[in-house]
Amino acid sequence: MIDKKFKIANKIFKSRLIVGTGKYKSFSECAKAIKTSGADIVTVAVRRVNISNKNKARLMDYIDPKKITYLPNTAGCFTAEDAIRTLRLAREIGGWKLVKLEVLGDKKNLFPEMIETLRSTELLTKEGFKVMVYCNDDPLMAKRLENAGAVAIMPLAAPIGSGLGIQNKVNIKIIRKQTKLPLIIDAGIGQASDASIAMELGCDGVLINTAIAKAKNPIQMAEAMKLAVISGRKSYLSGRINPNLFGSASTTNKGII
Amino acid sequence: MNIKNKIKIIVNGKQMQITPKFSLKSLIIKLKMPLNKIAIELNKEIIDKRKISKTQLKKGDKIEIVHFIGGG
Repeated sequence: MIDKKFKIANKIFKSRLIVGTGKYKSFSECAKAIKTSGADIVTVAVRRVNISNKNKARLMDYIDPKKITYLPNTAGCFTAEDAIRTLRLAREIGGWKLVKLEVLGDKKNLFPEMIETLRSTELLTKEGFKVMVYCNDDPLMAKRLENAGAVAIMPLAAPIGSGLGIQNKVNIKIIRKQTKLPLIIDAGIGQASDASIAMELGCDGVLINTAIAKAKNPIQMAEAMKLAVISGRKSYLSGRINPNLFGSASTTNKGII
Repeated sequence: MNIKNKIKIIVNGKQMQITPKFSLKSLIIKLKMPLNKIAIELNKEIIDKRKISKTQLKKGDKIEIVHFIGGG
């Protein structure tokens, strides 16, 4: 079966795996992991330049924004105003309009603050941003985000960095059924099978940072995630058999001796 | 120049002293910042990077210079 293209805001991407660039030991390890993962979108954050150490290495020196799509995020923002300020700055660095909105409401479990997230989505969309939205796995909120102009719905599998895997498959399936927008699992993936499950639920993509960056072997885990996403997608498209409580022999009894 | 003529500004939360009639462009050059990899805010307003030579800094100005770092 020929898969339809993975398209976000009318732009086609080759890989359905989006990778975060945080938490790596070094920029070179991060660059290697990204290359191995095959991702063509990476998330990045906006922060102050260290003015006392001018020669410090920069992410842009290791990951070429001309070759890989930078997806600026709003990590650490707790209000719509913070998020808009951050993304305006990101746009000023190099003209990025495709952004990842993430407005948190709780420092402990990093859950999204959905009222502010919705408000931010409306405001940013009005300003011409193409907003991919980190959100709760709540179908009603997902619908509201879609109506507000989001270009991708990105529900969490579990809290950011927790590695717990998909906790609420039913909600993800419901969101899948109700939206034609790209549905991308963002946060909470722990291992390759979690990524496959996300794809088997019908998601269009998966966004992974910690599970790769903090694995004992991040480069190998990047490859595992790449394969898991491809595998899960193929499994979804192939149409699984119906689950059955009883056995069904693989070998015919015809001609038995 | 006499120290009394120096102007205090805040750059990325740190106090700095500059001479009068110092432009934002001079500050960026002084800090050796690569213009194509940063964004600049002056008193919470984004400054168009093409206009930094025309932007004069004054006492108490708060400047933020940001770039991309790793993030999820």
